[in-house]
Amino acid sequence: MKQLMLGNKAVARGLYEAGVLFASSYPGTPSTEVTEELARYDDVYCEWAPNEKVAMESAFGACLAGRRAFCGMKHVGLNVAADPLYTMSYTGVNAGLVVVVADDAGMHSSQNEQDSRHHAIASKVPMLEPSDSAEALAFAKLAFELSEEYDTPVLLKMCTRVSHSQSVVETSERTVPLKEYKKDIQKYVMMPGNARKRHPFVEERTRKLTEYAETSPVNRVEMGGTKLGIITSSTSYQYVKEALGDSVSVLKLGMTNPLPEKLILDFASRVEELAVVEELDPVIEDHCRKLGLKVRGKDLLPICGEFSQNMIAEAFGLKTDHGRNLEETLPMRPPVMCPGCPHRGLFYTLKKIGCTVLGDIGCYTLGAVPPLGSMEMTLCMGASVSSIHGFNKALGRESESKTVCVIGDSTFMHSGMTGLANIAYNQSHSTVIILDNSITGMTGHQQNPTTGYNIKGDPAGKIDLEALCRSMGFRRIRVIDPYDLAACEETVREELACDEPSVIISRRPCALLKYVKRRPPLKINPDKCKGCTSCMRIGCPAISMKDGKARVDATLCVGCGVCTQLCRFDAFEGMVKED
Amino acid sequence: MKTKNIMIVGVGGQGSLLASKLLGHLLLSEGYDVKVSEVHGMSQRGGSVVTYVRYGDSVASPVIDRGEADCIVSFELLEAARWLPYLRQDGRIVTNTQQIDPMPVVTGAVSYPEDLVGKMKTAGAGIDAMDCVALAEQAGNIKAVNLVLLGRLSHYFEFPEEAWMRSIEACVPAKFLEVNKKAFALGRDAS
Repeated sequence: MKQLMLGNKAVARGLYEAGVLFASSYPGTPSTEVTEELARYDDVYCEWAPNEKVAMESAFGACLAGRRAFCGMKHVGLNVAADPLYTMSYTGVNAGLVVVVADDAGMHSSQNEQDSRHHAIASKVPMLEPSDSAEALAFAKLAFELSEEYDTPVLLKMCTRVSHSQSVVETSERTVPLKEYKKDIQKYVMMPGNARKRHPFVEERTRKLTEYAETSPVNRVEMGGTKLGIITSSTSYQYVKEALGDSVSVLKLGMTNPLPEKLILDFASRVEELAVVEELDPVIEDHCRKLGLKVRGKDLLPICGEFSQNMIAEAFGLKTDHGRNLEETLPMRPPVMCPGCPHRGLFYTLKKIGCTVLGDIGCYTLGAVPPLGSMEMTLCMGASVSSIHGFNKALGRESESKTVCVIGDSTFMHSGMTGLANIAYNQSHSTVIILDNSITGMTGHQQNPTTGYNIKGDPAGKIDLEALCRSMGFRRIRVIDPYDLAACEETVREELACDEPSVIISRRPCALLKYVKRRPPLKINPDKCKGCTSCMRIGCPAISMKDGKARVDATLCVGCGVCTQLCRFDAFEGMVKED
Repeated sequence: MKTKNIMIVGVGGQGSLLASKLLGHLLLSEGYDVKVSEVHGMSQRGGSVVTYVRYGDSVASPVIDRGEADCIVSFELLEAARWLPYLRQDGRIVTNTQQIDPMPVVTGAVSYPEDLVGKMKTAGAGIDAMDCVALAEQAGNIKAVNLVLLGRLSHYFEFPEEAWMRSIEACVPAKFLEVNKKAFALGRDAS
């Protein structure tokens, strides 16, 4: 049956039809829905792992045991999992192993714009790149075939536009091939003597995969006009077809590592001019140059950001309609912390105290945005905890008394724990604030090791943050409610002042969680409101100023009451205490 | 047939998902090739969000570019104005007149622009502006803004009303069906 399917769901369907039995991932936009959709199938074991490295190694264990396995992540997650990936390239697999990695050109929801194809090349692992949902489904199945035939993990590279677009697919039945586990020390124990023997195997495998790439149907030529030939892949292929149609010839690459040679040379010989259209880095273009071809690419199209059909059309000399603009500049609408967000009260406090705040990856990165504007650094998962240690060691006591780091519960489990071990071990008197909102928020509410539930929503193991910190040797562990501004301020000031490492757990569940009860919206008593704008300092989207008075949007307000603590005139009314 | 383009724009959290799901269902059941492109992740947190719906004999790109949209369906007035450059010269905007202040307006850095409907008309855009929140309330549920907008949109596409009804029935939970059908009718008949 034909149906519209999200790219990520189509990957999940492909993995399912190919008989995947084990899935372990860490959520990350735009990859998250692959694992979420897979978890809907009762006959696949699925889990959220604490981070991508653990996910990949768990998937490796399952494939070693003889069961087709998958792990999924966003592009930066592959950096975390690079360690197992590069050596799994040597060991190869038993049953198939597919790694889905989703790039985010345009940085819709990411801290950088790295190109995962470099990891495929460097680790010498083959990479498939679908350009729509139908290919996502088909390539996921093909990835398992290639994995077992060539004894290698296979990378399936998605991107935001393929992951988060729905297009038409047809599904088929599931078959589940199984393998036996066999002890094979020389293949699976990567100590120098064994690894030296496996490296030539990897080189030979790449040679064989290059041969496969020359004739595989995933790399196809679509001849049209022969004045210009374009080599392209992924969503760029769709933009080329949209903008230029049959006026050009196209070599559409579904496999971007290893790249074919004869196929490209042959295609180049059939067209007058050659160009490569690829988002991010000039990977295919550089390959063409190495083959001695004269080729255009990044001289026409940018390395930074996403492409679109108009961009391609203009790059090749066509005119496009730019639409019409209003004469005035419109106010931007950046993302904001939700009404009732537990992070708001804490960031307000940090701003009030005037702390230097080293931050991390999650919804709370929005603490860097006005009017809170109280986060000064965000790098990668876990970096807040590691970097506050270096920051404080570099600057000493003065810094220790006015610097904090903030990290979410899920990010802390991902890679904050090891940084905390460094603070405990090498003893900087750092103040670490764990923003425990009892969920992985940014990616859309995934469970994690601190929540007590698994990916299917069933009860699971639950890590006790206080006990964990105590076991590392922390003596000062404070728990605060970020809705209570006075308690927040007192606690943060005390922990900054003390001469030992400390952890503050700011604990309150995400306001968007279904089990969190919304309280009735507050109202402004206009007779009491003096229009002093104190309440505006927390940046709540439910509060605005109209005609010199504060106003609460009843459709947005969840009655958290943080604003009431800022008002000196008791102008907010209707506050209901929690049950 | 040349590919047709519908954009659904609004503020993250306004719930445009049902509108794109319903359109996708309708267009697929009418026999078209369809692509729907969504936004997930950070911008969903109260930011400006857009969904692209494209249909035709064979759709290539999943996104809509400037000057290409046949119709822009907007859940919020400022967002309609923001995406105006994406409208074709002969395209149409169907918008809710609801105003949601973005953070720079909340903080007082800038003010919410005045008379955006008038300004868009002056810029030459065909525009249907309605208080969809009031119409949704009239239908019985403030969350039925989706269907009010789709009801109005249905004027500009030659799909039979039965096809719309079949897609509403397929995409809306049974207990909300009557409210949503009523909202669709109110949007369709609004002038």
